[in-house]
Amino acid sequence: MHPFSLERPRDLAGAFASGAQAGRNDAPIEFIAGGTDMVQLLQEHVRRPDRLVSLSGLLDATIELSPEGLRIGAAATMADTAAHPAVLEGFPVIAEALLASASPQVRNQATIGGNLLQRTRCPYFRDVGYAACNKRAPGSGCSALGGETRWNAVLGTSQSCIAAHASDLAVALVALDPVVELRSASGQRTVPLAEFHRLPGETPHIETVLEPGEVVAGILVPASPIARRSHYLKVRDRASFEFALVSAAVGLDLEDGIIRDAHVALGGVGTKPWRVPEVEAALSGAALEEAALRQAAALATQGAEPRGGNAFKIELMQRAIVRAIQTAGARA
Amino acid sequence: MAARHVRTTINGDAVEFVCEADEALLDVLRDRLALTGAKEGCGTGDCGACSVMLDDRLVCSCLVLGVEAEGRKIETIEGMARGGELHPLQRKFLEHAALQCGICTPGFLVAARALLERNPDPTETEVRFWLAGNLCRCTGYDKIVRAVMDAAAELREGRHAA
Repeated sequence: MHPFSLERPRDLAGAFASGAQAGRNDAPIEFIAGGTDMVQLLQEHVRRPDRLVSLSGLLDATIELSPEGLRIGAAATMADTAAHPAVLEGFPVIAEALLASASPQVRNQATIGGNLLQRTRCPYFRDVGYAACNKRAPGSGCSALGGETRWNAVLGTSQSCIAAHASDLAVALVALDPVVELRSASGQRTVPLAEFHRLPGETPHIETVLEPGEVVAGILVPASPIARRSHYLKVRDRASFEFALVSAAVGLDLEDGIIRDAHVALGGVGTKPWRVPEVEAALSGAALEEAALRQAAALATQGAEPRGGNAFKIELMQRAIVRAIQTAGARA
Repeated sequence: MAARHVRTTINGDAVEFVCEADEALLDVLRDRLALTGAKEGCGTGDCGACSVMLDDRLVCSCLVLGVEAEGRKIETIEGMARGGELHPLQRKFLEHAALQCGICTPGFLVAARALLERNPDPTETEVRFWLAGNLCRCTGYDKIVRAVMDAAAELREGRHAA
């Protein structure tokens, strides 16, 4: 494991004062919470911070439903969130995405805040045997460009990075328009989840809008008919403990078989959790018929840039959208 | 790197140890406390051979820092048998020959017990789903699943009898 020192501050003020920065791969001081991704990255020398600041016991782990919606404390585990009655009842896409993620062991330990901050599964990022990775070592180049691209993104890519975002949960959430509560020494601010992750551009090592000393404190998801009739479809190389090649999170507001409003987000294809507003606009007013769904889903590929081994995602993402809408639409 | 003093409860006993910040709980258990039942298969949370219970939750001890175990309760495979008496899961693994090389077995047993404590009557699909974090490269899983189902049935009968 990469050597580091670890601090366990008594309270959040101590954690803020450390100046640790999450979501940035060149940060010399970083937070650790559940640790399932961080320890793995440390074991393999992918992340090399000098200091780690533990958030263990400092962040709220409660999950509550109020008139404003569902609030998930950042320290809630994936397992507790997936099993919560309010989540199962009013936000099935969240529970489905979580249960399709990782393993029981990891879900018991990993937190919701950390899930949003997990690093990409791009094999070139995860293997320090490849010198070139702009996300891991800024300015070193990109081994995935011209390399094996099966696991990489086709939307939101840049000449510096084509790494796909790895979180199933973030895809499910972004379909529901939540806000992320961020806390620091200067107080609290909220950021829509859609604006929390950054596109890679020329600085793929900076993955979020988090500032030094700032932590994810919780996520607030508005309750809606869309959230209630929602579904997560994950397509992957094996049935469990595998990341998405393509995934689709959908939520539908239906009336008499006609889609009043639809939210659609994609995973495995974007460099961040990816909403497809053009698809949503085309679905609005459409019947739940295959031809109409296919026509709308085709709009998801606008601006997509396939590269060799990931070209299959162009067709697969459209089919995933259609299937996910059909499944959600068939629900009582 | 300054070594840290950590207080825990392991298999019911108060246990204190000293470890470095960059030591995983798995390494502490094996190398400092001589609890070598939990195995390192991958060291990255993929195989489940290092499974232990941490505050009653099944986790991979390779992904927990030893320092983070401060004040917490740990249960390992070493605490599963009661003296010379094997846990029904252990007995059924032997009866069904649900192991070959044995590296994954402690992790499977700990994970299977965690499953049966929450769900005493799982379907085969549920057993496979909840043991998805444990890899076996020898058996093809079939014998493991059968052993778990059989142990679950015996434990249910025992519960009724009692």
